[in-house]
Amino acid sequence: MDWSQGGYGFYVWGAYLFALLAIGGEVIALTMRKKQILGQRKSAEEISKGRNNETTS
Amino acid sequence: MNLYKYASPVNFYPLAGKIIPWFAIPAAILFAVGLYVGFFVAPTDAQQGDVYRIMFIHVPAAWMGMFLYVLMAIYAGVGWAFNARLSSMMATSISITGASFTFLSLVTGAFWGKPTWGTWWVWDARMTSTLILLFLYVGFISLQASIDDPRRADRAGAVLALVGVINVPIIYYSVQWWNTLHQGATIRILNKPTIAPKMLAAMLIMLAACWLYSIAVVLVRLRYIILEREQNAARFAEVTA
Repeated sequence: MDWSQGGYGFYVWGAYLFALLAIGGEVIALTMRKKQILGQRKSAEEISKGRNNETTS
Repeated sequence: MNLYKYASPVNFYPLAGKIIPWFAIPAAILFAVGLYVGFFVAPTDAQQGDVYRIMFIHVPAAWMGMFLYVLMAIYAGVGWAFNARLSSMMATSISITGASFTFLSLVTGAFWGKPTWGTWWVWDARMTSTLILLFLYVGFISLQASIDDPRRADRAGAVLALVGVINVPIIYYSVQWWNTLHQGATIRILNKPTIAPKMLAAMLIMLAACWLYSIAVVLVRLRYIILEREQNAARFAEVTA
């Protein structure tokens, strides 16, 4: 394979770099969303546990 | 087996989790195979040289942008007409992936246009209608995000998605209806494609990879949407425990 792409390397690799960013960015955004949701669930559980402890003590 | 039970977000959540790897892993393999065929097997184009290899990502991205919009509109419409929550959630999930592919098709098209046409952008019918498609996606996402009540947001989004679907045939036929700078279709369903078989193979493999990737990420995002919207349902806590 000719890495210079016949002199069009900037355009070819630039296009594929954007593709990598779009696909990789979507996957990273989904991973971050998962962390955020799990964090929210955890804090909600802690709050409800705290309330239960207050009512039982 | 009662398939209707999977229309419920609570029941669909675990099923989606089980089927995601069946799409994600083949997608990764097909991306690798498609890139190999595209860069190592497909010959250099006699007229365009190697810059045509941008087409292996540009064409599948453009097709996905259009297909996903139609799919999003169908799910949004079904969700609106039948008050089906999962269907509306699916439309929300598809919108971001569709917008991503449409943006990618515009950017990769610009990277191809500069060395081929001598300009990054022209207000050509195909490119302008694709830009409108991106605005429709952004409008759908923004409209849903701006309304607090998810059911109202779903209905408002459905109206926009259904009205905007008219833009998809305009994009497809724009190269026939108007005298545009953008080239006509080289791959058609009914006619023989006017592209070398090895080039066509790379393009179709990349398209299959994009489809499988889309299904996988849409299902992952759908699970998060279900988690966010249904977190107060007692039964849901039992399923996800």
